[in-house]
Amino acid sequence: MKELLLILAASALVNNVVLSQFLGLCPFLGVSRRIETAAGMGGAVIFVITLASAITSLIYNYVLIVLNLAYLQTIVFILVIAALVQLVELFLKKHSHSLYKSLGIYLPLITTNCAVLGVALINVQREYGFIKSVVNGFGTSLGFTVAIVIMAGIRERIETNEISESFQGYPIVLITAGLMAIAFFGFSGML
Amino acid sequence: MNRYTERIYNGVIKENPTLVLMLGICPTLAVTTSAFNGFGMGISTLVVLVMSSLFISLLRNVISDRIRIPGYIVIVASLVTVVQMLLQAYIPVLYEALGIYIPLIVVNCIILGRAESYASKNTIILSILDGTGMGLGFTAALTIIGMVREIIGAGTIFGFPLNQISPFSFEYEPVSIFVLAPGAFFVLAGLTAVQNKLMLPSATNGKARKTKGRAKKGENEE
Repeated sequence: MKELLLILAASALVNNVVLSQFLGLCPFLGVSRRIETAAGMGGAVIFVITLASAITSLIYNYVLIVLNLAYLQTIVFILVIAALVQLVELFLKKHSHSLYKSLGIYLPLITTNCAVLGVALINVQREYGFIKSVVNGFGTSLGFTVAIVIMAGIRERIETNEISESFQGYPIVLITAGLMAIAFFGFSGML
Repeated sequence: MNRYTERIYNGVIKENPTLVLMLGICPTLAVTTSAFNGFGMGISTLVVLVMSSLFISLLRNVISDRIRIPGYIVIVASLVTVVQMLLQAYIPVLYEALGIYIPLIVVNCIILGRAESYASKNTIILSILDGTGMGLGFTAALTIIGMVREIIGAGTIFGFPLNQISPFSFEYEPVSIFVLAPGAFFVLAGLTAVQNKLMLPSATNGKARKTKGRAKKGENEE
């Protein structure tokens, strides 16, 4: 139990997926204008990454390892993730319309989110079993959500500030991300 | 300039994938902790890009339109696996340094972007040259960003200490935050700010599209 909690804290805060591993930067910079959309994206990411790490972990440990095909991991994982996102979209559309509406537009965007494949590969690299993989996936996506929601909050605030002309737009967002990365550095003393 | 050299020029300068189109930001920030790592990542991506352009252009009349994206992904993922194995076997130093970012070349949007927008519509030679140009542009950008971060953050260049290779000796205290995660954001922020200041074309200030529109307009007027 203690080990699982450590994995959760490490993946969510210490090795934050966006701010220290640079995975999933495109949605982090692209969908962080408003807090609501950022939270929606975060919710969709938590859902997909947790599910994807569960399924890729099962496939890796019980299919690829057994058949001695571990070297095919990249190809298999990316196809599984692409198919999974499609399936989730279809399933939600049919059975949970309210959830589909709130996650709707973000779901297809997630296929291109390198954090999903990244987490699956990290799970394999660290030789996590099923439970640890799921916890690591959940922690990582939780870290993504925390980072993107904070970012959206800051961006809503600085929108009205006076920013020198050459720093308007992307540069100020990147500076903000850099300062957040420094703040998250503080967590590395925690473990 | 004929249309073959134009492809290389387009990839390296006019539509540089990192500096102008702002694609593939994740590897750009993650692996540029030193000039050597940036260069290695650039070359790995270049190889995948050239080979995927070749195969996708070769198979462009075979792959049915409806399943083309999964088809491209399988081709790219296979090539990435090959590159990963080659690196593991022959350049283990780079393999260790780049780690998880090698398999993540699969999701680099430059590769699928070129496959979809260029290789699937053009002849083999042109597609290979397009991939080469884009790959060289990516390599150049990553090496430069890596060099900036390494010089400021570690006081070395390609692993050689600056004060040893320069003709005059001096003391330099490295600003180590520049080789850590936050430094990546600051360097890219500085870079895009300079592009804004000098009004250079870039996807971040919307000028990449504008100049294209202007160029088209100019052609029509001529």
